[in-house]
Amino acid sequence: MAAMLVGALRRGSGCRGGLRLIAHSLRRFVSTLVVAEHEGGFVKPSSLSALAAAEAIAKDNKVSVLLGGSGPALHKAADHAACSHPLVSEVLVADSEALAHPLAEPWAELLRSVQQKGGYSHVIASSTSFGKNLLPRAAALLDVSPVTDVTAVKEPHVFVRPIYAGNALCTVKYTGEGPCMMSIRSTSFSPATEAMSETKVAPITQVDLSFLSEGKSTWVNLTSQDTERPDLANAPVVVTGGRGLKSAENFKLLEQLAEKLGAAVGATRAAVDAGYVPNDLQVGQTGKIVAPDLYMAFGVSGAIQHLAGMRDSKVIVAVNKDADAPIFQVADYGLVADLFEVLDELLKKIPEKK
Amino acid sequence: MKILVAVKRVVDYAVKVRVRPDRTGVETANVKMSMNPFCEIAVEEALRLREAGAAAEVVAATVGPAQSAETLRTALANGADRAIHVLHDPDPARPLLPLTVAKILRAVALQEKPGLVILGKQAIDDDCNQTGQMLAGLLQWPQGTFASKVILDTEKQKATVEREVDGGIETICLDLPAVITTDLRLNQPRYATLPNIMKAKSKVIKKVVPKDLGVDIRSDMEVIEVNEPPKRKAGVILSSVDELIDRLKNEARVL
Repeated sequence: MAAMLVGALRRGSGCRGGLRLIAHSLRRFVSTLVVAEHEGGFVKPSSLSALAAAEAIAKDNKVSVLLGGSGPALHKAADHAACSHPLVSEVLVADSEALAHPLAEPWAELLRSVQQKGGYSHVIASSTSFGKNLLPRAAALLDVSPVTDVTAVKEPHVFVRPIYAGNALCTVKYTGEGPCMMSIRSTSFSPATEAMSETKVAPITQVDLSFLSEGKSTWVNLTSQDTERPDLANAPVVVTGGRGLKSAENFKLLEQLAEKLGAAVGATRAAVDAGYVPNDLQVGQTGKIVAPDLYMAFGVSGAIQHLAGMRDSKVIVAVNKDADAPIFQVADYGLVADLFEVLDELLKKIPEKK
Repeated sequence: MKILVAVKRVVDYAVKVRVRPDRTGVETANVKMSMNPFCEIAVEEALRLREAGAAAEVVAATVGPAQSAETLRTALANGADRAIHVLHDPDPARPLLPLTVAKILRAVALQEKPGLVILGKQAIDDDCNQTGQMLAGLLQWPQGTFASKVILDTEKQKATVEREVDGGIETICLDLPAVITTDLRLNQPRYATLPNIMKAKSKVIKKVVPKDLGVDIRSDMEVIEVNEPPKRKAGVILSSVDELIDRLKNEARVL
């Protein structure tokens, strides 16, 4: 199969008809390009979920991982990617200052170029702000329609995704001729936890970047919240506050509880709009989608848009003074009580996290 | 400079959607429809930029059935100068995909030659979050997605955009023309006043069809079925914090 593939690629070079030939010959052969994000020299958990999604597409999928950026952290991340999943057959490294920041314009050109050279049947990114920014632009350059926020793979071209703020699930079949491009919801695909065989390390290849053109955009800066709390999207426990907290000062009670539980702090739109917490803590249709083992909601009414972001949590606890609050309809355990009294009591009675 | 704003008619955000019994889609007959909330923010931003003197004209555009004209009337009532309605009757089994909408908007943009195109970050019905990025790609313009602040420098022909990203707020600088998609924090949309609603009735809505714009409606996505999400088992209301801690430890085993 590999030899046949190489032959097809060779015959196809420089010839439009050949490109079609390549497309057809690759139809029966599932290969996937995973666009990975990295930080501090390691592939991000959301991108590891993309690898799990690639495995869901085909057990014998051949996966190439694409990493971009510059500097030592990029190459360290490439080493991590090379042994991050048994299906990884290749790591592509795009080392350029132009890719050091997540600007969609150079990244989309990179993705188009790598896809045109590699002829992958599938391209996967995670539904992070980076993935959502980049993938549709790259898809437009390739003239294909991507699938957003896939939560399940039924067949190599049949996917399930949420619509209407998660109140309906749509099963779609991709019938296009081009590559199937998709962003996946990280919480729906668990990264493999089995230990990697030490002998399985994929080769690392440098990407030729001569196609990159002069940019029409420049990156200025990133203002991030210094926090010691775990990342909201990946935390096993999330404690969320809503309008009921009433002030930024009161949110510190939630942070204390989060400290005890080893939890991340989330918020509703109302709490963010009121200025109690920064916007990157928002959980919901517009903010982060989380599915922790335990989700505790304090002073959260449970609007449709908020439920969209946490309804898949394993255990949901709600504390609200209003017994008719919609949040109680999805809560496994509810307390109709003053949240400040409950928080005080929880802080006293829950032992310190080890 | 001219600003083009794309708007979409969707099921109102407060409506509890119901899946059709035949599972072909969700019920939209006799359901309240409104402008997509993110598009309202896009319209508002365009109007504010015009009021600040950064733009001379705001043009609203939509793609959809005849009823979508109502959404354009809303944009006109809020202050848009004129509108373009690209007529397309939906087929539930073959949804109108963001790529097709982006191609239509590209054709409109090439005709209108705006310095800026503003779209909502995502439509709350299909939750795709694709159209703005695809439009920017097709036009080869820079994009500022998930914007929470936009500063236009018409002299230098640049837009500085603060955008909401997973780790915080990222600032980028775009050469104009550019495409921007709006996030919730960008602004608070105004309500149309009654006099403006009346004035809007005499503003021009130009009707075109995709064929006139040279766009072929192609759908590479087939909707197989639409289902309700799995229902959660009913929970219990507890009476004390002690009971809650006990349940979390011994029953749910998450503490």
